[in-house]
Amino acid sequence: MKRQRYRMPDGGRIDRSQPLHFTFNDRSYQGYVGDTLASALLANGVAIIGRSFKYHRPRGVFSAGAEEPNALVQLEQGSHTQPNLRATQIELYSGLKAESINCWPSVDFDLWSLIGLFGRIFPAGFYYKTFMTPNLLWPIYERIIRQAAGLGRAPSDPDPDRYENINTHCDILIIGGGPSGLSAALKAGQSGARVILADEQNEFGGALLGSDDEVDGGPALDWVEKTVGELEEMAEVRLLPRTTIFGYYNHNFLTAVERVTDHLGVSDDPLPRQRSWRIRARQVILASGAIERPMVFENNDRPGVMLASAASTYANRYGVCFAKRVVVFTNNDEAYRTALIFKKFGIHVSLVDVRPEFNGDWPRKATAAGVEIIFNSAVTGTRGRRKVKGVNISAFGMDGNLGETRHLSCDLLAVSGGWNPTVHLYSQSGGTLTYDKQRMCLIPEKAGQAVNVVGAAKGTFELERCLKEGAREGARVAKNLDFVGSGSVRSKSKTVLENEQPLQPKWLIPSRKHPEGGPSHFVDLQTDVTVADIALAAREGYDSVEHLKRYTTLGMGTDQGKTANINGISILSGIRGEELPSVGHTTFRPPYTPVTFGALAGRQVGQFLDPLRRTPIHHWHTRAGAVFENVGQWKRPWYYPVLDEDMNDAVVRECRSARKSIGILDASTLGKIEIKGPDAADFLNLIYVNSWNNLEVGRCRYGLMLGEDGMVMDDGVTSRMAEDRFFMTTTTGGAARVYSWLEEWLQTEWPEMEVYLTSVTENWATITLVGPNSRKLLGELTDDINLDLKSFPFMTWREGKVAGVPARVFRVSFTGDLSFEINIPARYAISVWTACMTAGEKYAITPFGTEAMHVLRAEKGYIVVGQETDGTVTPGDLGMERMLSKKKDFIGRRSLARVETLRSDRKQLVGLDTEDPSTVIPIGSQIVATTKKRPPMDMIGYVTSSYYSPNLKRSVALALVKSGRNRHGERVYLPMENGTISALICNPVFFDPEGERLNG
Amino acid sequence: MLLIDCPWCGPRDECEFSYGGEAHIKRPENPDKLSDAEWADYLFMRTNPKGRFPERWVHTHGCNRWFNAVRDTVTHDISATYGMGEDGPEGRS
Repeated sequence: MKRQRYRMPDGGRIDRSQPLHFTFNDRSYQGYVGDTLASALLANGVAIIGRSFKYHRPRGVFSAGAEEPNALVQLEQGSHTQPNLRATQIELYSGLKAESINCWPSVDFDLWSLIGLFGRIFPAGFYYKTFMTPNLLWPIYERIIRQAAGLGRAPSDPDPDRYENINTHCDILIIGGGPSGLSAALKAGQSGARVILADEQNEFGGALLGSDDEVDGGPALDWVEKTVGELEEMAEVRLLPRTTIFGYYNHNFLTAVERVTDHLGVSDDPLPRQRSWRIRARQVILASGAIERPMVFENNDRPGVMLASAASTYANRYGVCFAKRVVVFTNNDEAYRTALIFKKFGIHVSLVDVRPEFNGDWPRKATAAGVEIIFNSAVTGTRGRRKVKGVNISAFGMDGNLGETRHLSCDLLAVSGGWNPTVHLYSQSGGTLTYDKQRMCLIPEKAGQAVNVVGAAKGTFELERCLKEGAREGARVAKNLDFVGSGSVRSKSKTVLENEQPLQPKWLIPSRKHPEGGPSHFVDLQTDVTVADIALAAREGYDSVEHLKRYTTLGMGTDQGKTANINGISILSGIRGEELPSVGHTTFRPPYTPVTFGALAGRQVGQFLDPLRRTPIHHWHTRAGAVFENVGQWKRPWYYPVLDEDMNDAVVRECRSARKSIGILDASTLGKIEIKGPDAADFLNLIYVNSWNNLEVGRCRYGLMLGEDGMVMDDGVTSRMAEDRFFMTTTTGGAARVYSWLEEWLQTEWPEMEVYLTSVTENWATITLVGPNSRKLLGELTDDINLDLKSFPFMTWREGKVAGVPARVFRVSFTGDLSFEINIPARYAISVWTACMTAGEKYAITPFGTEAMHVLRAEKGYIVVGQETDGTVTPGDLGMERMLSKKKDFIGRRSLARVETLRSDRKQLVGLDTEDPSTVIPIGSQIVATTKKRPPMDMIGYVTSSYYSPNLKRSVALALVKSGRNRHGERVYLPMENGTISALICNPVFFDPEGERLNG
Repeated sequence: MLLIDCPWCGPRDECEFSYGGEAHIKRPENPDKLSDAEWADYLFMRTNPKGRFPERWVHTHGCNRWFNAVRDTVTHDISATYGMGEDGPEGRS
C-alpha cells in the first residue's frame, strides 16, 4: 500500500475520513470517497495510465471529465469487466480493480512502443496502402494489427448485472447541472412545471465543483448546495445525478443512462446497475457547458500535459497536487485562474502566453501573486520520456516566427486553447452550428427542435452571465408552456476580473522538427492522429472534413474527438488556406459517451427478449419427452423419442404409425381468425384466389392468398360456420401477418364492407387425429357426431361433443390419410388430448411432431408456404392455377397476367426421384441439367423439401425447377461438395397419388 | 422516436405504430383495363418527396386503426393526422 504522496492535507470535495482501497495493474493503492479513479491515481503519483492506440506512447490523465482521450481503463474482471472506461468518470469504490489497455507486456514496459520509433512509416492510410495485397494474407495481417492496435477487451461471458429501462414525460428537461442549468432549473421549478434536471457527475455544480468562484457573496458551492436543496423540495422536479443524456432524437425524445450503483462497485445490491431513461420533453434547456481546447505542439501527449481546467479541478475538487513546478501555456485569459490556484498552494508557476504583453487584471493579479508571466511566447515542445520533465519555450519574433529555444523545467504542463461549447446534443437534435469569430468556437445557430441553449454551451463563459441567462431562460421556457410561478431573486456573481483580453487564435505551434515530419504534434490523442497525418491526407486529396475523418481516423475514437475535432478542422483549414467556417465540421452522433449494451437492453434479455408461446398441451409434450422446435415464437413438439431412439428412429416410427394405425398431432399453433359480417363471403372472394359465395354452411375449403404482386403469401382451410360467419386457418408463422393484412384491406380499401375480424388462435386448441383408425377412435369419444363417410364427408365440419367437451371437428387432411382436426376451447385441451391417448392405447396411438408431419405432407407433395414458396412463387408455379376463379377479381389477380408471371420458363414445383433411393438430398441444393468440372454451372432450380420416407422406403424431395412440369422424366444433377447426386424429375405426389386413403 | 398523434388514442410513441407507405393510393377499380405498365405503377411506384408527405400509419400496439399523417420528410414534423378516407390538408393527390 502506497501513501498518497500528492494529496494535499485538506481541501476539496473528498472525504479523508473514508479511505478506499483499490488496485490498478495489480498494485494496491488508496484513495478517498469522492475521488474518481483518475484523481486517486494522480494522488498516488501514477503518471502513465495507458498506452496510445497506434504508437503505444505512454499516456496519462489529460482531462477531468467526459472528454478524456487518454486515461481509458479496463474495469473489473471476468463477466463484470468493462472496456475503455474513462478513469476521469469512474467514481472510486472500495475494492475497485482496473487495468491499463493496449499494452504488452505491461504499461510501463510496452514492446509495441517500438512502433513509435518507426512512426514515420506508419502514416495515415498506412494499413490501406500496405496490406492491400495479396488478399490471402489479409487474415494474418488482421490478427497482428488487431493485437497491436486496439483498445480494451469485451467480456466473453454474459453480463451478470441487472439493468432497467424507464420511460417518462416532462415539461422541461434541463441537461447539465452547472451554474446555468441550476439557475434555469430553479426558475422552471418555481413555475410549477414538471422538470427533470440531469447531470453526468455524481453531484451537481458542473464547472463550479472544480473552481473557487463565488456566488451571492459566498463560495459558489454553498450556492449549489442551497439551490439543490430547494429543488429537492419541489414536488414536480426530478433530479437525476450520475445521468448522461446521450442521445437527442426526433420530437424531443432524449435518451439517458443513469449509473445507479456503478459507484458501489460489484455488489449484490438489489438496485439495477444502470437505468436507461427515455424522456419525452416538451422543451429542453441545454446547459451542457464547454470543453477546453488543447494546444498542439511537439510531444504534447506526454503524461503530465493536461488541460488547465483539469489541473485546477484536480487541485480544487480532489485536493491533488502532483507538481512542484507548473508551466501554464495559454492563448487566453482562462488559464490565469489555473496559475493563481497553483500559486495559492505555494507551487512555482510560470505562465507562457502567446499573446503580446498587455495590461489587465489577470496579468496584474498573477504577477502580484508571484506567477512568472512570459508573454509573446509559446511552448514548442516537452521533454521527458515517460513524464514531462520540462518544456522548450520560444518567443515570437517581429516576423511572427519563433526564435531561440530556452528550457524551463516543470512536472506539469497545463494547457488552455480556449473553450468549445459542448454542442453535441444540440447538433444531434438537428440544430445548426456557426463559427463565432469573436469567441473562436462553434456555437448553436438555428434550433431544429424545441431546445434552448444557455451558458457555456452557447458560448457564454462568464459565471455572472451564465447565472443570468439560466434564470432568464428557465422562466421564459416555463412561461411559454403556461407555467408562471413566483420566484426568488436571481443569484449573482460579481465578475472577478475585468479588462479581458481576447483569445489569440493560435493553437498549432511549429517546432524545429517540422510538424509534418512524424508522430510528434498530436491532434487526436486517442487515435494517435498527428498534424503530419492531416497534412498527408490533405495532400492526397482527402481534404474535406468527412474524408479527413475517415482517412486519418480523427475523432473516431471512443471519445469521438471531444478534444481533437476542432483543432483538426482548424489545422485542415490552415492547410487549405481557408477560414474555419467554410471547412465545416463532421456530424455529431449519439451516444455522447459510450453506453453499455446492458443499459440499452434493460430487462429484455434471456427469456424476456421475445415472448415464448406454448400450446395448452405443452406440459403433456414435455412429460412425454418431446424434443421441441421453435416455430416463430411457438414451441412445437419436433419428435417424441422413446428410450434411446435418435431423431431418425423416432420420425420413422411416428410416420409409420400415422399411416398404419393412428397418429395424434398438436396443431394448436395454426392461426385462426373468425370473419363475421354480412359481407364476409364477398371479402373472402377478394382475399382468396378461389370463390367463397357458393360454400355451404358446414363445408370447408382450401384457400390460397396472394399478395397484390401475384405471389403466394399464405394458405389454409377456411370453413363456413354460418351465412355470415367464417373460420379461417392460416399457417402458424403467418397468423399475425395475415390478420394485419385483412385488417389493412378492410380499413383502408373497403371500409364500406361490414366485416369484423377476431383473432382466435389461442382460444381454440387443435388436436389432429391421422390414420386409418382415427374414425374408430373418434367414434368412441363422441356420440352426437355421425362419422360415416356419407354424413361426414371430406372437407366438411361438424359440431358436437368430443370426450364430453363441446368441439368443432373438421374433416381435412394435411397428410393424405383419413384425418380429423378436433377444435376445442383451449382450457379443455389437455383433457381431450388425454382422453384420445387413453382410448387410443389399443390402436397404439402415436403422438407425432412437426418433423413427421413434414415427411407425411411431403410424401403427398403438399406445399408449405415459406418452404416451397419464397415470395416469388405464383399459384401457377405450384400447379394450382385451376384454383384461380375466373368469375371475380381478387388481390394479386392482375399481376398473374403480367408478361413476367406468364413466362413458360418460370420455376415450377416438381418431385425429385433420386437414382439411389436412400440418398436424401440436402434442402436448398442447387439443380443443374449438365454438370461441369467446377462451378459456375447453369442452375435450373433448387430443392425446397427433402426427407426420407419410411412409408415408401425411399427419399422424397420437392423442388422448384425451370419449366419443371414439362421436364418430368428428365435427368438432373445436384453437384455436392463430395460427388454429384443424380435424380429424375417426377410428379411431386409420391404417396397415394389417387388419393384413395383420404376416406380411410 | 417520433411522437404520432393517433386520431383515436392521442399522441403516442412511434414504436406503437407500423408504417404503411404513401397515402391516397386507390386500388384501381378495374385492373383488367390497365396495361402492365399502369398496373406496375399502382403496385410499385411511390413518390419520394423532400418535404411534406401524406403517408399511412397503423396503431398496431394500440387501437389497431389505420390513419393518414402528413410528415415532413426533412424535419419529421407531423403537421396533421386524419382518418382513412378523409381528405388531408394536402388533398388526395
